Amino acid sequence: MSPVPAPSDLPVELRTEALESILVEKGLVDPAVLDKFVKTYAEDVGPLNGAKVVARAWTDPEYKARLLEDGTAAIAELGFKGPQGECIVVLENTPTRHHLVVCTLCSCYPWPVLGLPPTWYKDPAYRSRAVREPRALLAEFGLELGPEVEIKVFDSSSEVRYMVLPERPAGTDGMSEEELVSLVTREAMTGVAKTKAPA
Amino acid sequence: MDGIHDMGGMQGWGIVPFDPTEAAFTAGWEGRAFAISLLSMNRLTGQNLDAMRHALERLHPLEYLRNGYYGRWLLMAETLLTDSGVIAEGAVDARARKLRGDDVTEPPDPVLNKPDYTATGPGSLRPVDDPPRFKVGEQVRAKDIHPAGHTRLPRYVRGRVGTVQRIQPSALLPDTNAHFLGENPQHCYGVAFDSTELWGSEAEPFVLHIDLFDSYLEAPLENQP
Repeated sequence: MSPVPAPSDLPVELRTEALESILVEKGLVDPAVLDKFVKTYAEDVGPLNGAKVVARAWTDPEYKARLLEDGTAAIAELGFKGPQGECIVVLENTPTRHHLVVCTLCSCYPWPVLGLPPTWYKDPAYRSRAVREPRALLAEFGLELGPEVEIKVFDSSSEVRYMVLPERPAGTDGMSEEELVSLVTREAMTGVAKTKAPA
Repeated sequence: MDGIHDMGGMQGWGIVPFDPTEAAFTAGWEGRAFAISLLSMNRLTGQNLDAMRHALERLHPLEYLRNGYYGRWLLMAETLLTDSGVIAEGAVDARARKLRGDDVTEPPDPVLNKPDYTATGPGSLRPVDDPPRFKVGEQVRAKDIHPAGHTRLPRYVRGRVGTVQRIQPSALLPDTNAHFLGENPQHCYGVAFDSTELWGSEAEPFVLHIDLFDSYLEAPLENQP
């Protein structure tokens, strides 16, 4: 193997532009294809997909059962699949069991349902602490869990990807599936937050 | 390898920065670096996902951290493209200086050197004929091994005893696949470790669940003094 690139003092923006320029010049990359990739992951593949899965599970008990049994297949029913979604396991949070998802070795994340990982998920502080002091970490996110709540942390070390099914908040009985979608955040689907009823 | 990427349990990183309104890409170059990196894996270099992760791990620790996630993705793409002889070593720096207006000579094109690898199937899941070596509920020990190459066995579980919770779908072994030494499909186990087994008796109470490949595991009493 050749050595990795030597440290460079050039700004990362300029180096990105340089690499694109070389690959375009060689005819290997079409800037329009890059635009399409960027647009897809900036606009189409995001936590709204996962929120739709959660809202369906909250309103359709048979769907929820299928989702917990085979996450990948139940998520594909709603049309969500693709890279980093080969095998998705859904973890159900309850009043006494809380799941938290991390990837300590890189930043593996279930792209088809949650999109690309946010900065906090990729931060060394999150990657290091989630598997060592999850309760303290969650408190910093504003989530205080009582001693009766069992915490299970999932480190995404294989190609299995994890998504949390948060608890449906109290006071949302009258809400439609579509209205419920708007309550579900990516933080709730990784386990650093709970879902809240509208104020 | 025991590198900067293996962050589980490290101390000293402080508070997690949190912005719930953050967009997928926080700067224009991040999206470009992301898209170029995705293309630089299979399509342009003939490399694979595990080689891609190992390219991240091989970065100098300061470079790994300097420009965040997409900064390291950019360097990873450059590494894969250089490894496969698609671009020359130093080509990106030379082009960047040229774009800046410096008078530089760009390095000549290298000889294409793509790995001789064709995936035996889509993604990473692969069938294994033999039944799983361990059963759900059985105790296992994560081996205390320190391979110089790629592995998905993090330091913080090595040598620790856990309980098999799930039999995950069998998959190719990242340790060999990253180095093009074969897909080597193996069973994969979801293993639960008690926090006190990992961090001592003063640890917060919780259960850590991690997916470990067959060759990372041994029976608890195997190889013990």
